Amino acid sequence: MAKKTETEKDAPASNRQVLEAIKTSAADIHGKIMAHKKPTMRLPVRSLANVRYQPQRGFFEMAGRKKERTLTVNTVKTFAQTLRMIALSKELVENDDIATKREAYYVSKNWEEARFHEQPESDTVMDDVEAYFSVNREQLGFVPEEKGGDVAGKLFVIDHDRDTGQTLRIDCTKFGSGAYSVPISVEQLRFETDADFILAIETAGMFQRLVKHNYWKKANCILVSMGGVPTRACRRFVRRLADFKKIPVYVFVDGDPYGITNIYRTLKVGSGNAAHLNEFFCVPQATFLGITPQDVLDYKLPTHPLKDVDVKRAKDAIKNDPFIKHYKPWIRAIEQMLKMGVRAEQQALAKHGLNYVIDTYLPEKLAHPERFLP
Amino acid sequence: MATDAQSGKAAGGRQTAESMAARQREISVSEFFSKNRHLLGFDNPQKALLTAVKEAVDNSLDACEEAGILPSVRVEIRQLGEDRFRIAVEDNGPGIVKAQIPKVFGKLLYGSKFHTRKQARGQQGIGISAAGMYGLLTTGKSVAVTSRTGSGHPAHYYEIQIDTRKNVPQVITDKVVEWAPPHGTRVEIELTGTYKKGRHSVDDYVRQTAIANPHCEIFFTTPDAEAPLHLRRGSETLPPEPKEIKPHPYGVELGVLIGMMKETSAKHISLALQNDFSRVSARVAEDICSAAGLSLKANPHSIAVNEAERLFKAINAIKIMSPATNCLSPIGEEQILAGLRKEIPADFHTAVTRAPSVYRGNPFQVEVGLAYGGDMPGDELVDLLRFANRVPLQYQQSACAISKAVLGIDWRSYGLGQSKGALPTGPAAIFVHIASVWVPFTSESKEAVAAYPEIMKELRLALQECGRKLATHIRAHRRALDEEKKKSYIEKYIPHIGIALREILGLSAEGEAELVARLVDVLERSRARGEK
Repeated sequence: MAKKTETEKDAPASNRQVLEAIKTSAADIHGKIMAHKKPTMRLPVRSLANVRYQPQRGFFEMAGRKKERTLTVNTVKTFAQTLRMIALSKELVENDDIATKREAYYVSKNWEEARFHEQPESDTVMDDVEAYFSVNREQLGFVPEEKGGDVAGKLFVIDHDRDTGQTLRIDCTKFGSGAYSVPISVEQLRFETDADFILAIETAGMFQRLVKHNYWKKANCILVSMGGVPTRACRRFVRRLADFKKIPVYVFVDGDPYGITNIYRTLKVGSGNAAHLNEFFCVPQATFLGITPQDVLDYKLPTHPLKDVDVKRAKDAIKNDPFIKHYKPWIRAIEQMLKMGVRAEQQALAKHGLNYVIDTYLPEKLAHPERFLP
Repeated sequence: MATDAQSGKAAGGRQTAESMAARQREISVSEFFSKNRHLLGFDNPQKALLTAVKEAVDNSLDACEEAGILPSVRVEIRQLGEDRFRIAVEDNGPGIVKAQIPKVFGKLLYGSKFHTRKQARGQQGIGISAAGMYGLLTTGKSVAVTSRTGSGHPAHYYEIQIDTRKNVPQVITDKVVEWAPPHGTRVEIELTGTYKKGRHSVDDYVRQTAIANPHCEIFFTTPDAEAPLHLRRGSETLPPEPKEIKPHPYGVELGVLIGMMKETSAKHISLALQNDFSRVSARVAEDICSAAGLSLKANPHSIAVNEAERLFKAINAIKIMSPATNCLSPIGEEQILAGLRKEIPADFHTAVTRAPSVYRGNPFQVEVGLAYGGDMPGDELVDLLRFANRVPLQYQQSACAISKAVLGIDWRSYGLGQSKGALPTGPAAIFVHIASVWVPFTSESKEAVAAYPEIMKELRLALQECGRKLATHIRAHRRALDEEKKKSYIEKYIPHIGIALREILGLSAEGEAELVARLVDVLERSRARGEK
């Protein structure tokens, strides 16, 4: 991890703070044991049911329910594994090193009886540790394998060379038909841009089309490819960029329940599973450009029928998702989609010509951002 | 078996009664069975080999027990060609009197057991001579019999063939030979067959016989073995000898009833009922006669068919005491356990012998044994071992009342797995035995027991009782495992809490040791208090 070049007051906790927290909690457990007491850990319940949405805060927050993990005969294994994972994290943070989730799993193979048999076991323990300290796993030294997202357009990213400390000024207009890759940790980045807005796109296919035809030049914007549900790094990157330049974020995804309730909602307010850190990993200023159910009618798009899983997801969102439930326009839009019984992909616009999206759809939509869904 | 001679065609047809009569003649029983050998269990080569061994061993065990001798049986299977075998079964029984040897082995339906109501392995007297006949038909070789009735007597050696048309034995060789055993019989049959391991194998038959007959020892030589396998005795006690009983009125069919009335030596019908049936007192005989509207003094020999019918109905309407059940010889819980323990090593064995019951006037008794655990595979169907009068039943499992009863039990409540409509799964073997003077088999080859409601009920109750005992064992076993697991959990994982806290807090080696010791203490104490 590179050194921090600036300290933003809304940035997540620093290495020093993380180390403090780890030591404090370990000392607490140690003290309890020495006093002949059974140590406990209080962990937030990680599920959508324990999440609250307040628009003025702008993201999913923990509703406060916690589970208590007391060290007993039955929990001794998980307890031991959790502590060893914390010890590994402490070592990583101290040495400014990182481990991927997969690597952490392999490190545990050295823990004899306490080793994990499958990676999902170690991932769960890692998520618990993260929630226990209310930090982001990257701050604990654990990094995901998944790719962060691609960026192209009117933007300079300011980074540093780890060896020389030299400032790197990365021009996102100069990747040709390629793109800049969002790094796993984005806290150290700074930006220079005069773009008017950020367009966050679901599919790599649509992103490529817009990049190929230099759409960012025409619209004076920054294009971000999310590649499905955006990673934490991607969310954080867009958030910091949008905050920094106070520019709007428009989201362009498939017109289906997955695009709305998983991709868009996660970008805007965070995930239900890791709500303890959504505060930093969300983009509350994002609005929904399309594809809306109304677009399907207005642009006479070819459609596919909703699958059972789509219908279930849509109904579930109306009933249980605190974000969707908060916005009447969203409830109306999803109900409209259910009534129509169809979904439409971004690429369906190609029906009217391959560049119809560039020449007609996006300009028409962008003329009225006030009509975007919240 | 003569056909009905009344069915001649009218003149002008192709046949007349006279022309047909010329071709109508008696069919020899042996001839009938040589054409219908599947009825006796010789339908395929593997089964033929098994049936031949089985008939010989059944006879040996019956003979030894009748004579009060602890059976010691040798079973040898030698392979002569690809599908040709020579089997030999030798016992230490009482031997067979010289004059009887040809008839016993060379005539179908010759035996001592068919006319008695007494629990025995063989019933019809078909088995061993049918095996000999099968051997003759497939290889042309005679049955070889060596027998000696005592140390003062010579050993006789016979080679016998059955004349299938006349159902009479033909003696090929008859001589006195030198033979070491003081008494006993050795039968050798050459036949075509197939020797296989696994289900339906001779190996399985021998092992199951050893389980159900722990008082017998078997030396078993297979084609692929160097030395005989010795299946030792699990008990030195002979089973009590079964007693013979008269038929009970409830179990008699109309035709049999008419026959019995014609042949009785009694002068009056009331006496005939009392003398020839069990459980008929003077009072019961009087009730039957008055219900049938017959005089007590009526002559049974001149009874009319409609009168016999009334008598039959009356018998079934009158309450008659159940038959005596001392004619049965169950294996007994002790002996079942001995048999299971020696042949199926496991963690847990249990056995239940139900009190005798009655179906259609025939006394019967159900016994169930169960072995659980040990090295048996935990994810396969349980091994179901079925027995009737101590004889293993290896074929037609699904048609058998025993299997139906096992399937009808919810074994999951007893700690085994079970899919719908299937045998339970788990590391277990279930042993079920039905003893009866007349086991109701579904066919002549004696492979499956018919599902009479009384039999099903007894089977169910016995299986449930064993199941409850099993459930108790499994629960206790699981508790012990849990306890063990918890203890080992503490030993396994606490050191890791020590390591982690040492790494985070920089504890010294002593500090870590002290922490671990204290934590073990805390957890052991909470465990002792029974906390989770």
